[in-house]
Amino acid sequence: MAKEKERKDDRPVETKTWRAMYRTMVKIRLFETLAGEYFAAGQIPGFIHLSIGQEGSSVGVCSCLRPDDYVATTHRGHGHMIAKGADVKRMAAELFGKATGYCRGKGGSMHIADFSIGILGANGVVAGGLPLIVGAGLSIKLRRTDQVAVVFFGDGAANRGPVHEAMNLASIWKLPVLFVIENNQYASTTPQSYSCAIGDLCQRAAAYNMPGYGVDGNDVLAVRETAARAVAEARAGQGPSLIENKTYRVRGHFEGDPQKYRDAAEVQRWQAENDPLRRFEDFLRRRGVLTAKKIRRIEEEVRAELDAAVAFAKESPFPRPEEALEDLFV
Amino acid sequence: MSDRLLTASAALAEALIEEMTRDERIFILGEDLTAHAGIFGQFKGIPEKFPGRILDTPISETCIAGCGVGAALTGMRPIVDFHFSDFVTCGMDELCNQAAKIRYMFGGQVKLPLVVWCPDGAGLRAAAQHSQSLEAWFVHTPGLKVVVPSEAADVKGLMKASIRDDNPVMFFQHKRLFRREGPVPDDPDFVIPLGKAAVKREGRDVSLFTYGSGYFLCQEAAAELAREGIEAEIVDLRTLKPLDFETVAASLRKTYRAVIVHEACLTGGFGAELAARIQAELFDFLDAPVLRVAAKDVPIPFSPPLEDFVLPRAADVVAAARSVCNR
Ligand SMILES: Cc1ncc(C[n+]2csc(CCOP(=O)(O)OP(=O)(O)O)c2C)c(N)n1
Ligand SMILES: [Mg+2]
Repeated sequence: MAKEKERKDDRPVETKTWRAMYRTMVKIRLFETLAGEYFAAGQIPGFIHLSIGQEGSSVGVCSCLRPDDYVATTHRGHGHMIAKGADVKRMAAELFGKATGYCRGKGGSMHIADFSIGILGANGVVAGGLPLIVGAGLSIKLRRTDQVAVVFFGDGAANRGPVHEAMNLASIWKLPVLFVIENNQYASTTPQSYSCAIGDLCQRAAAYNMPGYGVDGNDVLAVRETAARAVAEARAGQGPSLIENKTYRVRGHFEGDPQKYRDAAEVQRWQAENDPLRRFEDFLRRRGVLTAKKIRRIEEEVRAELDAAVAFAKESPFPRPEEALEDLFV
Repeated sequence: MSDRLLTASAALAEALIEEMTRDERIFILGEDLTAHAGIFGQFKGIPEKFPGRILDTPISETCIAGCGVGAALTGMRPIVDFHFSDFVTCGMDELCNQAAKIRYMFGGQVKLPLVVWCPDGAGLRAAAQHSQSLEAWFVHTPGLKVVVPSEAADVKGLMKASIRDDNPVMFFQHKRLFRREGPVPDDPDFVIPLGKAAVKREGRDVSLFTYGSGYFLCQEAAAELAREGIEAEIVDLRTLKPLDFETVAASLRKTYRAVIVHEACLTGGFGAELAARIQAELFDFLDAPVLRVAAKDVPIPFSPPLEDFVLPRAADVVAAARSVCNR
């Protein structure tokens, strides 16, 4: 928060966009909070990974995208989905394993997708999205459109081999791709400082001759500024960029994670001092874009929307067992 | 020497601790191993007992598998943890083109004592990319041994044998069975040789050939069949490669009827291989076609009613057994 105060507030006011971004961040925060609650209550099967505290990255990047742009996400993908415009009803229904969910109950939390708005899927395989997004970028180039293709991945994913193949290929062919690392400082139990030979993952861009940006990922407007530039360059045919959004995973790796690998105090410090939602809220209030009253209204509206989504999910039927045999081939 | 009740997970840890104590060349390599003693707690006690011999890697399956191969070629006896068996796809070259081929391709010059530990199987609502049973891929790759234990004692005895083996061994252990308890001998020399099946229930009417989680379906089915007057013999294969076909044959020569049960999907599964061998080598001992009980041929879906529908159930084993017994 200190950073915001030092920084001159000289950005042109984008009232409507900022309000929409704020609303989306509130929506992600609440969606994740509810998902955690229903998971703990045993109503969501399997396991889930929440993105609380990383809303600055998902919303900052997706605020620069059009509905026809592509996004590939990860096991921690609810936020990216919502930021790209996914329907929270169908997301909630998928988490609950219902027939009305995005994937008709076949996918669950780790495998949501909405191809109608360019979301090429969450992924249960770490770094699985990178080679695919290069293919999407190639397709854009071959079809001669000005779309862009964005892949989100983690600091842990950054150490898998396909990441390097993807970045090199996207660069030599100058594909319209954004590689967005969400460096939340942990990959499951493993700290980023242990698993990566360098601290600033954006430096890896140099090896692939593309721009690399290290960004305060909990400053949603800083993320937006950087992503806007990278998107503009990609649309203009100037090739890919690597953005590293530095952030923090405040929840466990998965819900129920015993988290013996870090101090509770470390988590509390991040929550208290560097929450992307609170930071943006403070900024918007200082700039007079939002008042306490307006904030409450947004929270209430979002709460109502998500309550309706949960109710929809709960009331929806489970798929019929035989549906398990559908959707394999066209 | 007496038996104690241990979970499959504790049986694994005990095997590793005993073997690591015996042989300093053994070490464990993989992701997220020390903080929580493996993501399933399967290496309980090992990080404290053997610091420096259980190594956390970055998420780099290609290199994890490759490091295992390279270390095995140069005097160490690595155990590689694949986190979820599904991610073997990310180390496939190292496992199938390198580990499986190196000894043969180089004319038998070198040994490759590598154990690849793969937690596998469905039933945890973990969906398509965290639920597979992929043993058949490796059975289809000459140069790899393939082990799939069911009960806790098998886990311990087969892990010890796998570690002592001088060849690459794929070791598949079912995630849903980690907490399942079973009697385990506390003899430190308790080793179950690779390539030895076990007749775990004797019966005269039908042979149930199975392994891994399928064993428990067969147990349940056999109890039900007994109530109907059908005595099933359960043969737990334990090792798919090398396969103990002698025990299979001995059982079939007694029952004349075979049902093969596995959790992996039907088409191209291990059941197909075993059925082919049975008809080729034991045709005269068959009173009925060999039937297979397996998962349906789709990826594992997330939603509980869908997943339950796809996986084989004890009732399917009962139905198949009745059918071959003409009941
Ligand atoms: C290829 C592969 N290896 C391992 C895993 C198990 N796994 C799931 S998430 C995860 C950690 C990922 O860390 P990171 O990329 O930093 O993303 P984050 O969870 O922090 O969002 C691991 C090891 C996996 N799903 N896929
Ligand atoms: Mg991370």
